[in-house]
Amino acid sequence: MTVTAAIIGSGNIGTDLLYKLRRSDVIEPRYMVGVDPASEGLERARALGVETSAEGVDWLLGRPELPEIVFEATSAYVHVRNAPRYREAGIRAVDLTPAARGPFVIPPVNLTEHIDEMNVNMVTCGGQATIPMVYAVSRVTPVAYAEIVATVASKSAGPGTRNNIDEFTRTTASAVEVLGGAERGKAIIILNPAEPPLIMRDTIYCSLEPDADEEAVTASIHEIVDDVQGYVPGYRLRVPPQFERDFTPDGRGRVTIFIEVEGSGDYLPPYSGNLDIMTAAATKVGNEIARKLTMQEA
Amino acid sequence: MPYSDDLDVRITDSALRDGSHAKAHQFTEDHVRSVVAGLVSAGVPVIEVSHGDGLAGSSFNYGFSAVDERSLMSAAVDEANGRAAIAALMLPGIGTIDDIKACRDLGVSLVRIATHCTEADTSIQHFTIARELGLETVGFLMMAHSQPPEVLAAQARIMVDAGCQCVYVVDSAGAMILDEVTERVTTLSAELGDAAQVGFHGHQNLSLGVANTVLAIRAGAVQADACTRAFGAGSGNTPTEALAAVLDRLGVTTGIDPLTMFDVAEDVVRPVMDGECVLDRMSLIMGYAGVYSSFLRHAYRAAERYGVSGAEILMRCGERKLIGGQEDQIIDIAFELAGERTDDEAHLVTSTAGGSEA
Repeated sequence: MTVTAAIIGSGNIGTDLLYKLRRSDVIEPRYMVGVDPASEGLERARALGVETSAEGVDWLLGRPELPEIVFEATSAYVHVRNAPRYREAGIRAVDLTPAARGPFVIPPVNLTEHIDEMNVNMVTCGGQATIPMVYAVSRVTPVAYAEIVATVASKSAGPGTRNNIDEFTRTTASAVEVLGGAERGKAIIILNPAEPPLIMRDTIYCSLEPDADEEAVTASIHEIVDDVQGYVPGYRLRVPPQFERDFTPDGRGRVTIFIEVEGSGDYLPPYSGNLDIMTAAATKVGNEIARKLTMQEA
Repeated sequence: MPYSDDLDVRITDSALRDGSHAKAHQFTEDHVRSVVAGLVSAGVPVIEVSHGDGLAGSSFNYGFSAVDERSLMSAAVDEANGRAAIAALMLPGIGTIDDIKACRDLGVSLVRIATHCTEADTSIQHFTIARELGLETVGFLMMAHSQPPEVLAAQARIMVDAGCQCVYVVDSAGAMILDEVTERVTTLSAELGDAAQVGFHGHQNLSLGVANTVLAIRAGAVQADACTRAFGAGSGNTPTEALAAVLDRLGVTTGIDPLTMFDVAEDVVRPVMDGECVLDRMSLIMGYAGVYSSFLRHAYRAAERYGVSGAEILMRCGERKLIGGQEDQIIDIAFELAGERTDDEAHLVTSTAGGSEA
């Protein structure tokens, strides 16, 4: 038994997500909605037998059979408008924009915590890549301050990210605190236009108390890297965690974690690990919601 | 066309922002007050004050500020007391609109929004809001050596359409050489016409700050950056006092009195500096390999910690095509170099390691 789903947004994220959802044994991606009839994403979806429209959410909500889950892959502003409409129609929303209408979900941290919510938010691509590492540190030792630097290839940053870069930094920083477990969080994003495009790289800095157990921190980091690799095989540490003692003026140390995220190349090229980790995480969360819905229906 | 009825060119002194890199972001209110007072006395019309990496730059990645930049900007506004405009730098992806609003509330009147020179569309929301807030706006196309004039002109147009009033060709790596400045400024001026001004921001890594700035002005730039005593990232910026003297001799009016400026550089700004900004091996490599100038002190620290060559770190930054803001990758590179090093190379590494910091 499968649950029907719609993808809103036929850009890079929406199209990559379609390929991943097609491999799901619990979700059937039935609809894909865009705004541009000439969109390559819609054309690909049609070729795969998905019902498509370029007439936006109105078209979707007018279908005789509504989907049970929507995946929002538009922009923060669009999702803010759409979210109440999904809710009224009784459709679960997995939001891949930084709109942050619903609670944050990062699979290794809280995969099923908000499984019954009508709307869950996938933070940002940088958040999906880095917050598991902040959590890995904060679950074994207090983190007063964590900072993440996400570097993505310019080509993999679409108009959604470019027009709303402040939403990226705010939403990611907030989730570094809420889910990462840092008392205070900061997020930085860099778009690098180098050719050939660089694979997504992320650096995570966490402050450490003077008595922090470095071995426990390292072990926890490796464990969470393994967890993420379960759904993003190209997620890896570039360098072992780097510890520095007595680093800050107030006597705290820090650990620096260097991550690389190579995408699986479903639709987007492998350098777009930032988009891949977002669609992989959303698929994982969607699958959990679908399983729960299926159980309830049974 | 001159900048205004009174000035041919308007100079912005950035020692209290670009110099923040060379000071490891340890400016105090006293530093800011003394430098602002000195620059005002010499007639400098615009003074930039922020963390080196712009508003909200205080971080693990770039270095924590000793004193909150908002206190520093407040002190600057108070000390200038309307005799010079106080400017702030902001990089989308690091700071946000909230930071722009906050500095406006402190009395900052000019915000300079900087992106890598191919990523201008990340600044649209910031220019729009800055103008709505009544701020004067400048756009920075950083690492401008890395793109041809036509690309820069198209990026400049994006900023201007969003509300930017003057687009700067920013030679962040100090890598531009003479005609390269002329071509870029000429192309931008032609593209922007009356819609916006053009400016130039130079570094000294190949010792061309003043010469490049003069060429930029001859090509149509009506705003230019400089740092007193070259106090800035890398081997520093175009020295304000030298530029003021050269432009004075060329008959270009800047409103800055050269002789007063010489005194301010020596008696006021030099004592604030940790050391002179010098044209050493590391700085030369930055200009030669096209590396973002603020990487310098980070590369020194990583070289020391990992026992590798600072020069090699910077060369690899160039090979990896790192852009402004990617200071985190310096540690990654140092670790990589340490892993590649063999015993045979050890003596070579020692001989080229960091050296004394400027």
